[in-house]
Amino acid sequence: MSNKLVDIKDEYLSFFTPAGEVKALNGVSISLNEGEVLGIVGESGSGKSVTAYSLMGLTAHPGKLISGELNFNGHQVEKMSEKEMRKMRGNEVSIIFQDPMTSLNPVYTIGNQIEEVILLHTDKDKAQAKERARELLELVGINEPDKRLKQYPHELSGGMRQRVMIAIALACEPKLLIADEPTTALDVTIQAQILELMMELKDKLGMAIILITHDLGVVANMCEKIAVMYAGHIVEYGTVDDIFYNPKHEYTKGLLKSIPRLDATEHERLVPIEGTPIDMLNPPKGCPFAPRCEKCMKICLREMPPVTEFDDVHYTQCWMNQKEMMQGGTANE
Amino acid sequence: MAKYIFKRICLAIVTIWAVATLTFFLMNLVPGGPFMSEKAVSPEAMAALEAKYGLDKPLGEQYLTYMKDALHGDFGQSLRQRGRSVSSIIFSKFPVSAKVGGMAVVVALVLGVPLGCLAAFNRGKVWDHIISVIATCGIAVPSFVICTFLMYTFGVKLKWLPTLGLTGPANYIMPVVALAFYPMAYIMRLMRSSMLDVLGQDYMRTAKAKGVSQSKSIFKHALRNAILPVITYLGPMMAYTLSGSFIVEKIFTIPGLGGQFVSSITNRDYTVIMGTTIFLATFMVIMMVVVDILYKIVDPRIKLK
Repeated sequence: MSNKLVDIKDEYLSFFTPAGEVKALNGVSISLNEGEVLGIVGESGSGKSVTAYSLMGLTAHPGKLISGELNFNGHQVEKMSEKEMRKMRGNEVSIIFQDPMTSLNPVYTIGNQIEEVILLHTDKDKAQAKERARELLELVGINEPDKRLKQYPHELSGGMRQRVMIAIALACEPKLLIADEPTTALDVTIQAQILELMMELKDKLGMAIILITHDLGVVANMCEKIAVMYAGHIVEYGTVDDIFYNPKHEYTKGLLKSIPRLDATEHERLVPIEGTPIDMLNPPKGCPFAPRCEKCMKICLREMPPVTEFDDVHYTQCWMNQKEMMQGGTANE
Repeated sequence: MAKYIFKRICLAIVTIWAVATLTFFLMNLVPGGPFMSEKAVSPEAMAALEAKYGLDKPLGEQYLTYMKDALHGDFGQSLRQRGRSVSSIIFSKFPVSAKVGGMAVVVALVLGVPLGCLAAFNRGKVWDHIISVIATCGIAVPSFVICTFLMYTFGVKLKWLPTLGLTGPANYIMPVVALAFYPMAYIMRLMRSSMLDVLGQDYMRTAKAKGVSQSKSIFKHALRNAILPVITYLGPMMAYTLSGSFIVEKIFTIPGLGGQFVSSITNRDYTVIMGTTIFLATFMVIMMVVVDILYKIVDPRIKLK
């Protein structure tokens, strides 16, 4: 394995709300090599964004890291001071948010907002920063960059604004780009363009990407590895092939059954996953997916399943898999 | 921009004309007249006085004459202060009110904006509660109570501050505080809620993710967005404060325009009422235009049409 860029080990993170402790992450481990693309999928509230934000020290207010190691690019993020973290943000790791309509400050020009991050992290002077901002706009495929630099966010379309966000994110050539549902707020044709742009820039600049999404189609096209999250756990982790052609966890299987397919026979119905996500304030003692799982066993309700490893990469957290493994069944081949 | 200003000036003329006309007729509907007093005036003398000032003519004619003169910049003579023209009264009283009011505006802004921000940053904590109590008091307590309280405590009991007139710098402290209290409280509340709103905006998270420091993200990214509601309030607030408060001026015996205006109404000093009304309306309209232009400068999304 080449050197690890991101290595999150056994992260526990909770939000201390007035209603009680919400355990957002319950032992999440993720690792990522340089230049790799990892997709994190899962439904709303499963902890996808929280995992990524914590790596940047962006955990929102009542949230607190309970335990775990967050290694990134030689830093131990959980031990860094706010000041050290500031030097890292926007420089070594950048993020693109879901909604480009609100992610840019409405009262400053595009140029100002791109130059800001350049001036913060490099020794460039104003003129050089402006030149660099112009280059970046060209890089992300915005026409007439000189004109755009002087424009305000409200004068650009959603797709353009997301391109500007990408330009800001890439300004200091980060090692890692976190894309938090970068296309959810955009219409379909623009979605494809933005994803294509991201992949193109990844190859050009050699950065790693963590792509957070609930769109399995996007993940299949872009990622090398996929983490499937449910209620603050990574329930299944593997390569794209593992997840799409050899899913082991019932939740992953359910997700795959619930997306429309082009090769489906005419009257084949989509199968939704029955039930609703658990209440994160009162998580069950056992596997969080057990209440919705068709193959739920007694032990599933009592105890959290251990990790079952199928190979170097592919693992799940499921008693079924554990049982098969124990019985010597190598069902994964 | 030039087109916008031209349009605003035209509108302003219509507004001022409407205000003047309405005031003129309403004023004449009120019973009594400028020459009524406890001492009985003989009917002959009354008729002579009315004829001298043209008050014996039909109301429509009076109105036309007044408007014609006003258009030429002549607002007439005061009916009660012999030998003084209305413009000379306004221009001698207004600077006094404006000086006290101007200081009050500065105090309200200098205290209101940072305190409102402070409350927002410490939401739900001690500072927030303290500031919210001050803000509620400022809005709920009428100014005569504040004036009396200040005067009694600092003027009479402690004898720290002079209570009458505007003879020295220390004389300004109490009227300015009394005048600034309400707008300060209002600005604090506006600032707190808009700052809370802005702090939760996505672009603040973007700024943090870019590595911008907390203080810079507040000064650069938050403040400029959060101050917009305060700017909106600034127009009417400035017009109101600079033109003088009757209550504050009466209590602290300040020879300002606010006190003058009210006494001219009780005296039925028709020309002074008209002159002051037109002056204040013009002032208000100008303030509104200034605020609109200011708004445009701070928020590029605003289009002046």
